[in-house]
Amino acid sequence: MAKRIDVGGLTAYYGSHKAIEDISMTVEPRSVTAFIGPSGCGKSTFLRTLNRMHEVTPGGRVEGKVLLDDEDLYGAGVDPVTVRRTVGMVFQRPNPFPTMSIFDNVAAGLRLNGSYRKSRLAEIVEKSLRGANLWNEVKDRLNKPGSGLSGGQQQRLCIARAIAVEPDVLLMDEPCSALDPISTLAIEDLIGELKERFTIVIVTHNMQQAARVSDRTAFFNLAAVGKPGRLIEIDETERIFSNPSVQATEDYISGRFG
Amino acid sequence: MASTTSPLDSPPAPPAPPGRPRSTGRVGDKIFIGLSRGSGILLLVIMASIAVFLSYRAVLAISKDEGNFLTTLDWNPAGDPPVFGIAVLLFGTVVSSVIAMVIAVPVAVGIALFISHYAPRKLAAPLGYVIDLLAAVPSIVYGIWGALVLVPYLEGLNLWLDQFFGWTYVFEKTEVGIARSLFTVGILLAIMILPIVTSVSREVFLQVPKTNEEAALALGATRWEVVRLSVLPFGRSGIISASMLGLGRALGETMAVATVLSPSFLISLHVLNPGGGTFAQNIAAKFGEADEFGRDALIASGLVLFVLTLLVNGAARLIIARRKEYSGATA
Amino acid sequence: MSNATTTDVQDDRPRTAPKPPGTGLSSRSLPRWAPLGFAAVALALGVGTGLAAGWHSRTQWGLIAALLFLVISYVVTTAVENRRQAKDRLATSVVWVCFLVAVVPLASLLWTTVSRGAARLDGYFLTHSMAGVLGSEDTGGVYHALIGTLEQVGIATVISAPLGLLTAVYLVEYGKGALAKAVTFFVDVMTGIPSIVAGLFILSIMLMAKIEPSGLMGALALTILMVPVVVRSTEEMLKLVPNELREASLALGIPKWRTILKVVLPTAIGGITTGVMLAIARIAGETAPIILLVFGSQLINTNPFEGAQSSLPFYIYEQYKVGEAASYDRAWAAALVLIAFVMILNLAARGIARWKAPRR
Repeated sequence: MAKRIDVGGLTAYYGSHKAIEDISMTVEPRSVTAFIGPSGCGKSTFLRTLNRMHEVTPGGRVEGKVLLDDEDLYGAGVDPVTVRRTVGMVFQRPNPFPTMSIFDNVAAGLRLNGSYRKSRLAEIVEKSLRGANLWNEVKDRLNKPGSGLSGGQQQRLCIARAIAVEPDVLLMDEPCSALDPISTLAIEDLIGELKERFTIVIVTHNMQQAARVSDRTAFFNLAAVGKPGRLIEIDETERIFSNPSVQATEDYISGRFG
Repeated sequence: MASTTSPLDSPPAPPAPPGRPRSTGRVGDKIFIGLSRGSGILLLVIMASIAVFLSYRAVLAISKDEGNFLTTLDWNPAGDPPVFGIAVLLFGTVVSSVIAMVIAVPVAVGIALFISHYAPRKLAAPLGYVIDLLAAVPSIVYGIWGALVLVPYLEGLNLWLDQFFGWTYVFEKTEVGIARSLFTVGILLAIMILPIVTSVSREVFLQVPKTNEEAALALGATRWEVVRLSVLPFGRSGIISASMLGLGRALGETMAVATVLSPSFLISLHVLNPGGGTFAQNIAAKFGEADEFGRDALIASGLVLFVLTLLVNGAARLIIARRKEYSGATA
Repeated sequence: MSNATTTDVQDDRPRTAPKPPGTGLSSRSLPRWAPLGFAAVALALGVGTGLAAGWHSRTQWGLIAALLFLVISYVVTTAVENRRQAKDRLATSVVWVCFLVAVVPLASLLWTTVSRGAARLDGYFLTHSMAGVLGSEDTGGVYHALIGTLEQVGIATVISAPLGLLTAVYLVEYGKGALAKAVTFFVDVMTGIPSIVAGLFILSIMLMAKIEPSGLMGALALTILMVPVVVRSTEEMLKLVPNELREASLALGIPKWRTILKVVLPTAIGGITTGVMLAIARIAGETAPIILLVFGSQLINTNPFEGAQSSLPFYIYEQYKVGEAASYDRAWAAALVLIAFVMILNLAARGIARWKAPRR
């Protein structure tokens, strides 16, 4: 079930270094929100605060609120493990578990969260692989290692693994940056399909990609070198790319800097 | 780990030097290649002569052995007729090493995980350091510590094991006497190989790609599940090679066994009873009083130990090579 | 590793037990001091059981307490939280117990050596031999053994370092084909040779050539143990030298051998030195070959090429075997000297590695 994300006054640190400062925004359910901005502006850091992966990094900590349908991810008594199960993530480089077969990769999250009958497990795995547009390519070799697939297939395998546990939100951290154009296209098509079921947030360096796949776009930038990253504006993608309200956004999009 | 590197991993040879090399170039290169290749060949010659010389002296001894070299339960090369066999030594070596492995490997993997994934960060780095230093403590020091400190300490444990687990036969203590037994030797060997097994395993655990661990975390895995899903599968071949390295040390360990064990030429599965012997211990203990023939007999037993450690190391290498093939675990 | 912090947050975050209605993210959980509490209870029960049953060995008390700790934390966590959390906590506990179980003997080893060794260790001990000293007498020293160790290890190093270095250069810079493969394989094999077997090999030569025991023979056996270690570590270091450096030098028209001597080796020299020093530390403690080949002596013999010598590890073994209180003291003191020697080498080697590392 897709959920809404409300971020209020979020600041994230690496030790004493402030990476992003005072970010507030709303992410609508069943939509694709793209984060764009120059390198090092904190968009990936911000993305990782949305499922508490930020605190995995040594010294990583967060101030502020992230509400998932009115419940604070950082509230007292909230278990980060549960948060990450609810908010799935796809990484920059495809990272299937190298020692597991394709089937086991997709089933990994399910097996963590309870015991399923074999037939039920097979059902969900098939559904997830179909959902990731990978089923037809791998259905004959489900027991082969996932690391034997091509880069694009591996990334779709990782998407299948993430959606198998039916998360509410799917975060994607530059999911196509390590892929060739054809695989990229396949993933972009897939994102269009997945937004029917999930709330999707995607970080991308590729502005055409942001324009193609997202409904809303958020532009991040550094106030100055050495200062923390900030959210400059967030709006309908169409508006951001045709008529942004902030000059810096227009400069970035038209390629005048960054 | 040392075992997996091969010259084929080295980067492709750089392009040949451009034409018209300085006159010293060609000659210098030839000398240098000659020297370095010569060193490699010399190592091969040494290895070959180890095998040849040991075998030659061993054959001299075994041909005059009136007992069966493999099955005789006695070591009396000075007797008339000379009778000696390695059955007791093989048994003692294997049993003490197996005890050591059973204790050391799980504990070492636990400590390695503790350092790489569980310990507070401030503690982790110095701990790794201390473990590396402990790996360098000479075995004779472990030996006197084992004999003078550990043995008295284990007396209570031995009685207790006998009391509660005596029914297992293995832990039945049928002879009175202090704990200079194969079991104590096994524990001491376990303590000795703990640092090396830990240190190699930790090295491997630290190499687990971060993306792998994050994949598990992002699925909502607890810390233990991260370890189970990404760290242990990735580190499995490393754990195996670390264990084999430890086993190799345990099999050939001389001083720690020589100081702790009270030797007797007996085969007994009652591991708490004092007695038994190992190849290395027997060589160190019998060497002083042996004449030339006696020394050849000891060399023959050393040859068996040599082959045993070769087999263990070879097996380890095979396991690792095969794992690599189908796990696709590339870092 | 990253996880240390994460998991601190995961496990130790104070949590409010009742979960707010209508939400799925919070769950019931134990307070952060729970593991400490379990440990205290387990320890009390362990000691109690031990006292009640009248076991005098504290090893058992500790083992019982450790076992109880695991059981209690698993059961309580299963009851209050859930199975997954319980497994996670069990794993954490097991890992902590492993660590503690291992620390005890290793700490005891170091403590015993230092405390008992320091009692006897002084200037006299370092500067006198055992000439004319009876086992039960409270005098004598380790001077002759120190000399033996330094000479034997010195000779072994002088042979092993160039041999190992050149072999590693061959494997990394020139090695191709069957010969290199064979050398790599047999270097691995040599790494696994027990020290006593290396000793027996030299012994078999001595028996055939009718050579008498001497420090040199021991040094040769130590060489067999040292060379593969040097080859391995040097190989690793040479592989770390970026290929661009070699190409840059070769592109300047510098012949390969000069490239290796002037560019590759200097770049890796820090790591190579570290490797050699660690190898020295390793062989300095070897006893078995010395028993077979150097024979041991109570007297000062500064000539490693003729006559029996002693060495530190041999001295320790010898004094242990005498079995008198005074000789045990000497054994511990010598052990302290040996450990100090090895540790200083180790620390210095690591210091060099750290000092050279950023510039690599």
